[in-house]
Amino acid sequence: MSEWWTYRLSSFVLFSPRTYLRLIERYNDDVWPLQLVAMAAGVAIVLLVRSQRSWPSRAIPLALASMWLFVAWAFHVRRYATINWAAQYFAIAFVAEALLLAWTGTVRGRLRFGAGAALQQRAGYVIVAGALAGVPLTEWLAGRDWRQLEWFGVTPDATVIGTLGILLLARDRPPWALLVVPLLWCAVNGAFLWTLGLRDALALPLTALLVLATRLAPPSSRSPRPSAR
Amino acid sequence: MLPVVGLGSWITFNVGDDRVAQDACADVMRAFFDAGGRLIDSSPMYGSSQQAIGYGLRKLGMPQALFAADKVWIASGARGPAQIEASRTHWRVPRFDLLQVHNLLSWQDHLPTLFAMKAEGRLRYVGITTSEGRRHGDVEAIMRKEPLDFVQVTYNAVDRDVEARILPLARDRGIAVIVNRPFRQGGLIAATRRAPLPAFATDVGCTNWAGLLLKFIAAHPAVTCAIPATTQSTHARENMAAARGDLPDEAMRQRIATLVAKL
Repeated sequence: MSEWWTYRLSSFVLFSPRTYLRLIERYNDDVWPLQLVAMAAGVAIVLLVRSQRSWPSRAIPLALASMWLFVAWAFHVRRYATINWAAQYFAIAFVAEALLLAWTGTVRGRLRFGAGAALQQRAGYVIVAGALAGVPLTEWLAGRDWRQLEWFGVTPDATVIGTLGILLLARDRPPWALLVVPLLWCAVNGAFLWTLGLRDALALPLTALLVLATRLAPPSSRSPRPSAR
Repeated sequence: MLPVVGLGSWITFNVGDDRVAQDACADVMRAFFDAGGRLIDSSPMYGSSQQAIGYGLRKLGMPQALFAADKVWIASGARGPAQIEASRTHWRVPRFDLLQVHNLLSWQDHLPTLFAMKAEGRLRYVGITTSEGRRHGDVEAIMRKEPLDFVQVTYNAVDRDVEARILPLARDRGIAVIVNRPFRQGGLIAATRRAPLPAFATDVGCTNWAGLLLKFIAAHPAVTCAIPATTQSTHARENMAAARGDLPDEAMRQRIATLVAKL
């Protein structure tokens, strides 16, 4: 791209906020009632995090990987690509994250859930709550129609935020490899939606900052409850 | 002759496969054609805008007045013809009137393709585009070197760089000029909302700022057509009104530019 420094983020805004929100609305109509299934899965993941058994540590990453794959196909490829040619690259990134989650967590068992560092887990619960309830609530308060709200497990932003929160619920610090795509999404899509005029997109960079601060913070005490091996 | 106001499709027509929104685009096109409009401009870079235009044209019965202007926008010169054919299919037209190399991307590879299409009668005119003041040196060099029919640049009451060299050169060489971003992607319209329309606007038949801003552009002797984009048929009608009546003289153009610069 010649004279790339003369381009601003607004140079890449291909559609209006109205078109984007209509896309979310029509997508929600199409996938209904998967929003309920995904929300139930999100709540189940939060409950399973504290389980004494070992299988949730492999099942949770698999559930997350399934959601990332679903969003890659159903949202990015089938829907978003109709108004944004960059969506095909987003889909590739989401598939890569799904494979990383499945490989790292489910196949290799490198994500162990249970009682971990208190600070990290508190941040994780806050972020997961934000993904499950905070995102749609903020969007509704910002003036979106209820059919234009974004839900964990079916739309990208809430899924990314929820994944970051769940990764912080692991006993150990989450591997950087699993954080790269979600953090990049928070930065890139947060800035893009802000440029588009959707102020509720602020949740993305705020989440990324909280995750980064938690990940980089010095080790702290663990939660008193024992964890399953 | 092309009317001095055309219809752009950047952002406004990129509505995906949303039939409700496609119908709204068709309404804009209907208002545009009813008011005497001809040139519609798009690009494969504009998401689904080409499909929305094709849907609208079919819904309106393929208006005979249409002057179809599109672009080629792909790094690979070898893949240019396939992209052009895909664009033509989206538009549902037998051929394009004008094809332009979008933002000069791989222009050395695409221009020979476009000139060959023109020689074979599969295209009427060939052009290049740039926007927001980028690569004006290259644009000027290509205008001097290649037998272009059209050049598309950004020009409005604030962004006036092209007045210095490109517009005079276009006039000298008989190259038609399409003007993009006439309202700075709506920024100038938003800025003028706070300002009263100057009294002299009525001297050239303008009753709103949009018309005055378009007449500022249209009055430049090198300009062929400005291509504002809109999502509303009322705005399309307002824009087309600027294609009729008197145009500002140079003194009035300076007053318009001075006023807008202060906003």
